[in-house]
Amino acid sequence: MSKNIHQSARLDRREALKAAGVGVLALGFATTAHATPEAAAEALSKVSGGAAASMSDKVTISLPEIAENGATVPVGVSVDSPMTADSYVKHIHVFAEGNPSPETVSFNLTATGKAEVNTRIRLSKTQNVMVAAVMNDGSVLTNKKEVKVTIGGCGG
Amino acid sequence: MAKKPRVKLPKKAKAGDVVQVKTLATHKMETGNRKDKKGNKIPRLILNKFACTFNGAEVFSADMHPSVSANPYISFFITAKESGTYDFTWTDDKGATIKTSKDIAVS
Repeated sequence: MSKNIHQSARLDRREALKAAGVGVLALGFATTAHATPEAAAEALSKVSGGAAASMSDKVTISLPEIAENGATVPVGVSVDSPMTADSYVKHIHVFAEGNPSPETVSFNLTATGKAEVNTRIRLSKTQNVMVAAVMNDGSVLTNKKEVKVTIGGCGG
Repeated sequence: MAKKPRVKLPKKAKAGDVVQVKTLATHKMETGNRKDKKGNKIPRLILNKFACTFNGAEVFSADMHPSVSANPYISFFITAKESGTYDFTWTDDKGATIKTSKDIAVS
């Protein structure tokens, strides 16, 4: 912390301008090349048909805390649901908030087995992975989990 | 491309058992974000659809986007109710398909 203060005190006009330029560039890059949490939320509302989503512990995401290789990150989603014809999980959507596009994969389930899926996804950087489960009555349950990515896996 | 996909599920099950189905297709899943040595974009080519049907009726499917890893692995659970055949189909951006099927005997 003390190092930061020291550095900022040293900033002269030229350095400040340079830093501002880099900041603008980085911002431009972020909006074009990577999705944001807002974009992920937008993608979610698109698939859920605008139904209000609520955070729920019923949705469990299993992800490594640290993914060394972002090209294949194992991800498991399970939803607490009886999976009977009366009450089952219709869709499970996975979103990566920091990827070039937030949509990652959508599973369409039927009333059989149990509501658990496993797959492997690409993550471009350290970010939150968001999962939305759409139930057969239209309600949407979400949960999210952060994963630290050492080497990004989306190409570039 | 023409490599056979791998699917694992029990050959036999008791009625009412919940069994896990594991699938692994072989595909590069080109995202469309990568560039070749000359700096040209490599066009996107991924498997965008996976479907599993049991005796003709769809029981599970997935819509995949470029953020799915190469050689996509998907596992899910089904309840064994009767003997029959599971058909697995993956479709890529150009419409080409990879197919395989597995039988299950339910007692």
